[in-house]
Amino acid sequence: MAKREWDTIESGPPDHMQMLHPVMVKNYGKWKYHERPRPGVLKHTAESGDVIYTVRAGTERQDTVDIIRRFCDLADKYAGGYLRWTVRNNVEFMTDSWESVEGLIKELEALGHPIGGTGPSVSAIAHTQGWLHCDIPATDASGVAKSIMDIVHDEFISEEMPNRVKLSTSCCEINCGGQADIAVIIQHTRPPRINHEALHAGICELPSTVARCPVAAIRPTTVDGKPSLMVVEEKCIYCGACFGACPGMEINHPDYSKLAIWVGGKNSNARTKPANMKLVCHGLPNNPPRWPEVGDVVKRILAAYKEGGRDWERMGEWIDRIGWKRFFEETGLTFDMYMIDNYRHARQSFNQSAHVRF
Amino acid sequence: MADGNEFQLNPTSKLDELEKGPWPSFIKGFKETFRRTGNTMIRGALDQLNYSYETKMGYWKGGVVGVHGYGAGIISRYSMISDLFPEAKEFHTVRIQPAPGLHYSTDKLRELLDLWEKYGSGLVNMHGQSGNLQMIGISQDNVQEFFDEINKKGWDLGGAGACVRTSASCVGPARCEMACYDNLKVHHDLLTYFSDLVHRPQLPYKIKMKFSGCPNDCTNAIQRSDFAYIGTWRDDIKVDTTELANYFESKGLDYIVNNVVTRCPTNAITLAGNTIEINNKECVRCMHCINVLPKALSPGDDRGISILVGGKGHLKVGNMLGAMMVPFIKADTEEDMEKLQDMMDEFVDYWAENALDHERIGEFIERIGMHQFLEDMGMEATLDMVSHPRDNPYFKAGHDHDPLKNIQQAAG
Repeated sequence: MAKREWDTIESGPPDHMQMLHPVMVKNYGKWKYHERPRPGVLKHTAESGDVIYTVRAGTERQDTVDIIRRFCDLADKYAGGYLRWTVRNNVEFMTDSWESVEGLIKELEALGHPIGGTGPSVSAIAHTQGWLHCDIPATDASGVAKSIMDIVHDEFISEEMPNRVKLSTSCCEINCGGQADIAVIIQHTRPPRINHEALHAGICELPSTVARCPVAAIRPTTVDGKPSLMVVEEKCIYCGACFGACPGMEINHPDYSKLAIWVGGKNSNARTKPANMKLVCHGLPNNPPRWPEVGDVVKRILAAYKEGGRDWERMGEWIDRIGWKRFFEETGLTFDMYMIDNYRHARQSFNQSAHVRF
Repeated sequence: MADGNEFQLNPTSKLDELEKGPWPSFIKGFKETFRRTGNTMIRGALDQLNYSYETKMGYWKGGVVGVHGYGAGIISRYSMISDLFPEAKEFHTVRIQPAPGLHYSTDKLRELLDLWEKYGSGLVNMHGQSGNLQMIGISQDNVQEFFDEINKKGWDLGGAGACVRTSASCVGPARCEMACYDNLKVHHDLLTYFSDLVHRPQLPYKIKMKFSGCPNDCTNAIQRSDFAYIGTWRDDIKVDTTELANYFESKGLDYIVNNVVTRCPTNAITLAGNTIEINNKECVRCMHCINVLPKALSPGDDRGISILVGGKGHLKVGNMLGAMMVPFIKADTEEDMEKLQDMMDEFVDYWAENALDHERIGEFIERIGMHQFLEDMGMEATLDMVSHPRDNPYFKAGHDHDPLKNIQQAAG
């Protein structure tokens, strides 16, 4: 490589004011209200009377220079040369002309990008990297996301849910996908297999691997006269935390790494406080390339919520009203012992009352 | 391999299934870019991914790849099975900090894409869960030159490992009437201030900050970040009585009662004839009524930030949501910003000096206890920090505490 002549500028994030449509610069911090003229389109009105429309479209999320350049072409043609992304990987184009809104919708749809994800719709899935790029995944993320979004496509392009629905997928139990109304997360069902050869070779720091375990199930031991680790299998909760610290703690398995479904997570403070999601289905097979069993469960949950939820009720709020018993009845899912918390503070989730729905 | 023809793909029967269906297909996209550029790294990545789909296992391992002067920002990925798929032997990720709010101009974005096509695979991830613009697939030999070129254009790397991480903001005051502070500016200024900690891992573990303009928390800050900056207000909700009357007219009384009045979490809203009354003393700033009636209701004028501390993902003690630590702080002037920076310095320094390895600040506070944390930080305990006073009877308070003193003062 040639001698380096550039001195790094630690510039941090670029200045957002250089990245905004002129109407947004002019009315920065002076917006008055917004409306939704149709699914996938927002209309914001400023105190000055100026209007800016937003067209929101679903994307691959694992994109390419070609895909993004096409978005840039559309932004140049219709949106003054500016665009943005949402935290759920949707692309947004802003324009002050309704003709441009129509042009954007037509061209985006022709390119295969669905217009939607606004209001009470099912927005795109927040997902992780999976087999495509992560070093600890037990499943793919983009493939699961694509398969589920194919199923819920019609709910992305319409606004027919009781309230917005956020989905996420995660390919290990770290859950980078995050809390969501419905989340699909890897669930290991066996303790890690210990690769003593790798541990002997010094692949990882043994004390920090011991310290990583949430239930103190990992202990130092000697194997073939050399220091290694052992797992107390009765204590192990199959979480895979040790695998992140040490690749020799092989938790991933083609058959024993399965998928679990969690519901009722909520990030917004609207009405109820933010909430963690709850386990409603586990042990589903990790079944690429389409994960049909997962898709079926997600579909059942969405159908029951769409049918029974009232206006503005998020998934968790709907379940709070009808009760978990009816949630399981209406989705056809089965409650079992493993859905009762057994970790710290578990008592907080016990029914410490005489309240029962018969 | 494909007969020496660099523009021809190998069979990927599993992945081909993901080209079907109405949602945009990333596999179709990857193939398109390979067919145009002939970049064999894409073919290698597709081949390895298809193999993962067949064997249901992942095959990337980490390592150490970086750029001069930085200890973070490049995620190294080496294939464990490069004997099978040598074309994606190295497939590193470059994490780039986008502008706050994920706003782009096409000219800046195109510059980046052109350089990425020159030095990397051409595959792009928009965006990572922390908010990075992620360029996936580059070999070690190209990393430094690619970074130098994008750095010249004004782009900088994001965080990884035990760093202050790249941050995320909602659309903010650029396009949202609900934004209660300039979250894009605060994000920009704080992350620039913490640049050293973004680029050089020197902390017990990661720190994430996220900036949401209002309590709707579109960046999922309370759940996803150690420091959640949530816009809020202290005075009354503003009411446009004409627009409120219009909502009564257009939506009807049933809708207003069932979706506004009865959905207020603290029953702060009552129906009063043909309008509603809001008791702002009881309002907890949840945003619901403003969401339902955006033309009629809006946040008050005395605006600022609530900071919640300790949110994090599952490992290792289970999911934790951030908890209220600073109920209200202003972020209007440069002086406010300096105060905010100083406060963040104190939080980060105290945690960095006392936390265990791999212990997030939420876990740290839980381990040492809120009393110790507040005392050491010199912070006053307030009722905003808890849902209710303790119900656990095991507590110790000093013998010199005089409970009557305050009551007498209040009476006198």
